[in-house]
Amino acid sequence: MTVFEYAPAPESRAVVDIRGSYGLFIDGEFTDGHGEPFKSINPADESVLADIACADEADVDRAVRAARAAYDKVWGPMPGRERAKYLYRIARIIQERSRELAVLESIDNGKPIRESRDVDVPLVAAWFFYYAGWADKLAHAGFGSDPRPVGVAGQVIPWNFPLLMLAWKIAPALACGNTVVLKPAETTPLTALLFADICRQAELPPGVVNIITGAGDTGRTLVAHEGIDKVAFTGSTEVGRQIARTLAGTNKRLTLELGGKAANIVYEDAALDQAVEGIVNGIFFNQGHVCCAGSRLLVQESVADDVLERLKTRMATLRVGDPLDKNTDIGAINSAEQLTKIKELSEAGEAEGAGRWSPPCDLPSQGFWFAPTIFTGVAQSHRIAREEIFGPVLSVLTFRTPDEAITKANNSPYGLSAGVWTEKGSQILWTAQRLRAGVVWANTFNKFDPASPFGGYKESGFGREGGRHGLEAYLNV
Amino acid sequence: MSERLAVRKTYKLFIGGAFPRSESGRSYVVTDAKGRFIANASQASRKDARDAVVAARKAFAGWSGRTAYNRGQILYRVAEMLEGRRDQFTTELRQTGLTKPQANAEVDAAIDRWVWYAGWADKISAVAGAANPVSGPFFNFSTPEPTGVVAVIAPDSPLLGLVSVVAPAIVSGNTTVVVASEPAPLPAITLAEVLATSDLPAGVINVLTGHRAEITPWLASHMDVNAIDLTGAPTGHVHDLEEKAAENLKRVLRPQDADWTAEPGTARMTAFLETKTVWHPVGV
Amino acid sequence: MSTETLNSAADLRAFLHGLPGVDQVGAEERAARLASRSIKTTAKAAAIDLAISMVDLTTLEGADTAGKVRALCAKAARPDPSDASVPKVAAVCVYSDMVEVAVTSLAGTGIGVASVATAFPSGRAPLEAKLADTRAAVAAGAAEIDMVIDRGAFLAGDYGKVFEEIVAVKDACGSAHLKVILETGELATLDHVRRASWLAMRAGADFIKTSTGKISPAATLPVTLVMLEAVRDYRTATGRQVGVKPAGGIRTTKDAIKYLVLVNETAGPDWLTPDWFRLGASSVLNDLLMQRRKLATGVYSGPDYFTLD
Repeated sequence: MTVFEYAPAPESRAVVDIRGSYGLFIDGEFTDGHGEPFKSINPADESVLADIACADEADVDRAVRAARAAYDKVWGPMPGRERAKYLYRIARIIQERSRELAVLESIDNGKPIRESRDVDVPLVAAWFFYYAGWADKLAHAGFGSDPRPVGVAGQVIPWNFPLLMLAWKIAPALACGNTVVLKPAETTPLTALLFADICRQAELPPGVVNIITGAGDTGRTLVAHEGIDKVAFTGSTEVGRQIARTLAGTNKRLTLELGGKAANIVYEDAALDQAVEGIVNGIFFNQGHVCCAGSRLLVQESVADDVLERLKTRMATLRVGDPLDKNTDIGAINSAEQLTKIKELSEAGEAEGAGRWSPPCDLPSQGFWFAPTIFTGVAQSHRIAREEIFGPVLSVLTFRTPDEAITKANNSPYGLSAGVWTEKGSQILWTAQRLRAGVVWANTFNKFDPASPFGGYKESGFGREGGRHGLEAYLNV
Repeated sequence: MSERLAVRKTYKLFIGGAFPRSESGRSYVVTDAKGRFIANASQASRKDARDAVVAARKAFAGWSGRTAYNRGQILYRVAEMLEGRRDQFTTELRQTGLTKPQANAEVDAAIDRWVWYAGWADKISAVAGAANPVSGPFFNFSTPEPTGVVAVIAPDSPLLGLVSVVAPAIVSGNTTVVVASEPAPLPAITLAEVLATSDLPAGVINVLTGHRAEITPWLASHMDVNAIDLTGAPTGHVHDLEEKAAENLKRVLRPQDADWTAEPGTARMTAFLETKTVWHPVGV
Repeated sequence: MSTETLNSAADLRAFLHGLPGVDQVGAEERAARLASRSIKTTAKAAAIDLAISMVDLTTLEGADTAGKVRALCAKAARPDPSDASVPKVAAVCVYSDMVEVAVTSLAGTGIGVASVATAFPSGRAPLEAKLADTRAAVAAGAAEIDMVIDRGAFLAGDYGKVFEEIVAVKDACGSAHLKVILETGELATLDHVRRASWLAMRAGADFIKTSTGKISPAATLPVTLVMLEAVRDYRTATGRQVGVKPAGGIRTTKDAIKYLVLVNETAGPDWLTPDWFRLGASSVLNDLLMQRRKLATGVYSGPDYFTLD
């Protein structure tokens, strides 16, 4: 037997230039923050990447004022076709600097370069291209003949897709004529700050995009600020709830994209090899740090053993390690805090009696790592079947009939996404119709596109991002 | 010869297709515009609200599973029956202080509004849905689906306002718990009597009468209610109701200045619709 | 004995149609994902030598002559005259009437002679003619027979006929190994590829091979992926290992390495030897040699430094 070892194939870091410290991007300039600065670290080796300014209340106020002034004087009155050209320009610069963005994203976030290079950054450019085209066509979007922007948007995004979530927020907001104050997650601020530089390169008028860094306090201050008209948040359901409470009784508009515990239903007549790929892609894409991850596998009992064997064989080929290695499939867990949470829930799974399995894999000694893991024999009542783990951990449950699959799939306070695998067309549509989830991937999983609306039912939030539907959040309708 | 003694009507709640009294055994006095007694209406309790939510949830799968055409037919049939109750509605509206022409006009508008929404049943998906041109070998389509159980706090426009908030919620397949206007609840119960003999399945519309300030917090905080329309929420309570609604991330329609005679647009329907997007590969 | 006895054509049909389907988009996505593996430095050097050792160096032209075949055999034994460390190829693949020339030329090299047979490439001939073709090639010393299946019968749903023909050819092969060419370009769908793979394996194939090289498309990564899944699953089910040979359209080192990655991560390392995986190709050999020299010397080479045979 020949062992085909893949030699290290690291992507070069030379393309990125990480500064020692970063300020806040307000009114077109990098300025000092007045909160306690914090550090962004590389989760793959725990090295410090940069000191990051923290926005305090006065800084947030400054950013909101800058956004308001830009809205009143420049961006709001600007014809749509001119806004469009700025967005096209930004999209092009993102493509031109795509390698730099991908490498920086992988360093700051821990995700494999294959994903940041082939998924995140191309989608970021696509998002700006897509919404650029809407900027001068809003009268045809079905929201009235002259829909107006909302005003100043306060946007708070998570650490799992730092740049992509920025694009999901900023592109439609700007296309509709709003200005924004965006807060990236405290563990992954670097690509947002590089994006600030791209805004300058595109000669975007100062104040249209403001990027303020900080932790939860900064985010709370931003969403509570009286000067903003709209809040868009992607993150945990718990924080989403707090924001909804904060906005109660105000006139601020709100869209939320929150947690999930997606069921991935595999029927007995599925294309099994592709289903296994879909299961793997569903839960191990981006280390499982995906709100729409297919974290609950519901497999029909008649094929459960076969599917599990195939899945284990496939998992044994997953390559865990250096995010910058081009052959890495699973990178680093984003933070020590997240790693603790994944470990805690996995231990709960074992304690509740589920069977834990991971393929043999050597994890690096430095940094935050977690082996791809499946739990078999999971019951609906187990914590690992109900709570979002947000890591590379799959809970496997079985079902006997289509009705049982639907019942189990929908038996969750979440409703973001779901998967269904069958070669029978009518069963796909029957299942898709009954799943209470905003996105249903049939015979595929974890696909994203700027033309495709995305968002949840129930406690997975409200509002849609992407497509024509994504405009509504940023228009005064 | 003495005058004939009128038979007075007991106004009850409408829950799951039946007309129970409040489980609390309470009622409150409904008066006309001049303060004269008209009737006792049931004063619903939190438990009545709970029962109404259970009834609405039970009805959801069946109602949302009907074809859009069938929902449209059923709603149109309701309009036909409303027409037959014109006199009763007119009388009830006159008791709230409208002149006869005003009351007639409002009944006309209410029935027309109901017909307008009935016609939307099999059209809203075409307007709010889409086939999305994604970059890859996938067919991708978005369809609007009903949110689920919607709590509707009806405005004080007792008939036109009422149908203008109820019809858009149910036409797409949602089921509702409606809190009627507190001072003028009678048209809501009359509407319920129409519904009870129509083809509308039991539980699709449930009507509670009573003190809004007492009932609405229980609906706003109920974890099995998916959305809440605050149009008729008592002044000063909106903040609290929204805070309660946040607990399970209800979709909240905030109160807005409404001209019930104006063309409504689709916003009241889309407020209680979820967009579901389905992907499927295209291959051989 | 690896050949199964066919109980009934209906059983075979039910079995083949009961195999899990293949979703084309998913299979193509998986193949493309594996094709994006980055094989560099030491891994690339090892992969190049492995690929060279797996080549079935092929000439299948109407204009083939003894001289052409002898030249190919010389190349097979010593791909790079200037570098003795280059491994020899796995086999030389010729038409049946050229087997004797090839056997003589390769005597003592340890390189086997493979012969296409059964009215290659169309397979449109009476069974007796196909069997005679096979027997002649074996008698002339062919160690491996590359037969084509009756695609017409397969597409018409006459699986029993295809099965029985493979069984008959297998019988005519004697001790020679049988490679069954599915001609996937004519089968058109991946569902067909999976069924044809299982049919061939159950009928006794030692190898399943994608293509004749005469039909476009010839070998593709998704087709090979599905065939590798089939041999993997067949071994799990029966314990018998069957080899895989993509043929045609593999021209560059990059192509060859993509196939090796596919083998490594689909069927697994057990298949990563010339006994179980072959590359049916000819022009790829010089590119492998050129890339090999680049790795050794650090400078890019050119075609004038490699023999054109």
